[in-house]
Amino acid sequence: MPKKKLYISLVIIFILTIFAGALDYPKYINQWVDYFNNKKIGIGNWKFTLPHFPEIPFRLGLDLQGGSHLVYEADLSQIEEKDRGEAMSGLRDVIERRVNFFGVTEPIVQVQKERLIVELAGIKDVNEAIKMIGQTPYLEFKEELSPEERNNIFQSLFGDQNKEISPETACQNVSFLTQVILSTGQDPCFKSTSLNGKYLKKAELGFEQQTPTPLVLLEFNDEGAKIFGELTEKNLQKHLAIYIDNVPISIPVVQEKISGGKAQITGHFTVDEAKELARNLNAGALPVPIKLISQQTIGPSLGKSSLDKSLKAGIFGLLAIFIFMVIFYRLPGIFASIALLIYIALNLAIYKLIPVTLSLAGIAGFILSIGMAVDANVLIFSRLREELKQGKNYGFALEEGFKRAWPAIKDGNLTTLIVTAIMFGFGTGFVKGFALTLSIGILISIFSAIFVTKNFLKVFIGTKIEKINWIW
Amino acid sequence: MSFNFLKYRKIYYIFSGILIIISLIFLFLFGLKMGIDFKGGTILEIDFENRPDNQTILQKLKGLDLGEIIVQPTGEKGVILRLKEIDNTKHQEIIKNLEDLSPLTELRFESIGPVIGRELTKKTKIVVTLAIFAIVFYIAFAFRKAAWIIKSWQFSLAALISIIHDLLIPIGVFAFLGKFFNIEINIPFIVALLTIVGYDINDIVVVFDRIRENVLKTTKADFELIVNKSLNEVLSRSINTVLTTLFPLFAIFFFGGETLKYFALALIIGLISGAYSSITIASSLLVSWAKKQK
Repeated sequence: MPKKKLYISLVIIFILTIFAGALDYPKYINQWVDYFNNKKIGIGNWKFTLPHFPEIPFRLGLDLQGGSHLVYEADLSQIEEKDRGEAMSGLRDVIERRVNFFGVTEPIVQVQKERLIVELAGIKDVNEAIKMIGQTPYLEFKEELSPEERNNIFQSLFGDQNKEISPETACQNVSFLTQVILSTGQDPCFKSTSLNGKYLKKAELGFEQQTPTPLVLLEFNDEGAKIFGELTEKNLQKHLAIYIDNVPISIPVVQEKISGGKAQITGHFTVDEAKELARNLNAGALPVPIKLISQQTIGPSLGKSSLDKSLKAGIFGLLAIFIFMVIFYRLPGIFASIALLIYIALNLAIYKLIPVTLSLAGIAGFILSIGMAVDANVLIFSRLREELKQGKNYGFALEEGFKRAWPAIKDGNLTTLIVTAIMFGFGTGFVKGFALTLSIGILISIFSAIFVTKNFLKVFIGTKIEKINWIW
Repeated sequence: MSFNFLKYRKIYYIFSGILIIISLIFLFLFGLKMGIDFKGGTILEIDFENRPDNQTILQKLKGLDLGEIIVQPTGEKGVILRLKEIDNTKHQEIIKNLEDLSPLTELRFESIGPVIGRELTKKTKIVVTLAIFAIVFYIAFAFRKAAWIIKSWQFSLAALISIIHDLLIPIGVFAFLGKFFNIEINIPFIVALLTIVGYDINDIVVVFDRIRENVLKTTKADFELIVNKSLNEVLSRSINTVLTTLFPLFAIFFFGGETLKYFALALIIGLISGAYSSITIASSLLVSWAKKQK
């Protein structure tokens, strides 16, 4: 029963399309779901409800939504060769933290050897951000305020309503304290001491003796050792918080007076956490100077108009293809156009699922891949026509047409894939975006031509329509 | 309906030869106008509420020690300034100065250091060479069994020559546009070149694939006849494919905005040249070589 297989394929195509379409435009599906749920279909108290389709937004690149792409170069000449990797990671952590406080959605901070790449999407005040990022990280050790002072500030900030969080526990919670400091600009728990990053020689990951428990080892210089000794004596069994850029990164308790200049921070660390803390301490102890060497900033209005324009170009290009295909290839042309719409729906759904960041280059790659997708269909239809002209019956001509078109489709697409693979090695954002959408497009186009178009055309095998020669 | 393509081999060689020579002349005479992606520098795009004329803008920025500034009006109220690489402080000074002239919105600011530009130039050379070689090897591999009169490396060489042909023409056009219309070579242009290589190969493979198929089908017929038959068979596909690809490209060229406009133009030139050369040059070369070997 070959027909049965065909129907299964058509159902698969249908479901895939609905699913992809729903991902692309969940709004309409969800309205329909709401409508259905409001009908309250069910038995007794149990109501049958449908879940909403997830609304995943498209990810737009900086050039389409506006934003800044900054490249910094770090001066690592003061850092030993073997520590450079860690130093860059420390720098990244520091800058990531600053950028996060800047209220940008999904900022990207990446290290590439001695370069630091910062991407800030939809940022309003780039200059302020550049100033903030360029500052040298400031590491300091802070001691507890007296309980009265602390309670007073808590009282003034939160009033009496916040009884369930005692100031004492709040002051040991790094993330809570961070939020309070950032939102109010006041530190209710700690005050500065004279000990800061310039007295810290280095920090590194260590382990407790004879156990694999990780800890962080600190080493101060001579002057630092003296100050640290006094501080630990004064604050025995109290917290001595470590701050970078006015935000706490660790709040350890002083267990004993330490006068030798070597201390250790223990806690329930994982190895990675301990490493991260050491890295952050080093970023403050041995600051790495950075220099802005490249800046690309696209204003939001330019981004919006680029997006509109490229969408418009896509729609016009698509319409022209439809008209051409239908005029030139008639019935198969109509099916190729439908297959193309399915192709587009699948592509867009995949952009959301992976997710692919759509830049101008990415959209250009996508629009171009539409041309490639049509090419596969054109190849198949040309072959189909040739076979029909030789007087073969429709079903046979279809099989032959696909079989003969395949080597050309395969070789052509493979070579383009080779080029896109090489473009990936290029590393620049524009090129990568283009190569990514183009290669996704090529893969889906093969699927679309071989599976979607073919099954559409198979529907007519053994029907009266296959006999009407002029429509093919 | 059958057209004898190969009869006009000489005409193709002469026509393509002339195009290539003109392109080379443009290239050596004018050189390529490299954009800031490659040589470093600054682009600042601004929309003024009331656009001052170029002289006023230059006058206003005179005291800032910015070196040579090229002012280029764009759209209704926009201006693009091109100058050397500057830091953010200078950037702010420029904006402040220009704000005296008219209220403005800053659309785009790009300042790229020369180090990055040099790196990119190096990378580009490697990538383009790599792409071409990868493809030439792929063709030699894909057509390894097609040998009869023509060896697989000859397929590769024919492909290589037509690819170079299709790259030189847009490069020549852009050398001309750079000289007379200030159109710069930027990363999108390089991407366009790489895409042309990909498409080109697609076209050539389709033609060669047909030749391979027909060679394997027929026993010892005249090679020229086989190639000509193959060309006639793939002609409609080649034209249709280039047309369907050109539709979106023309749409991008006319409606896609400034950034993509010349990207689309480079592709349009390259793809038309590619469709032409895959039908004429690549297969004519095969026939010419086959004749020589006899």
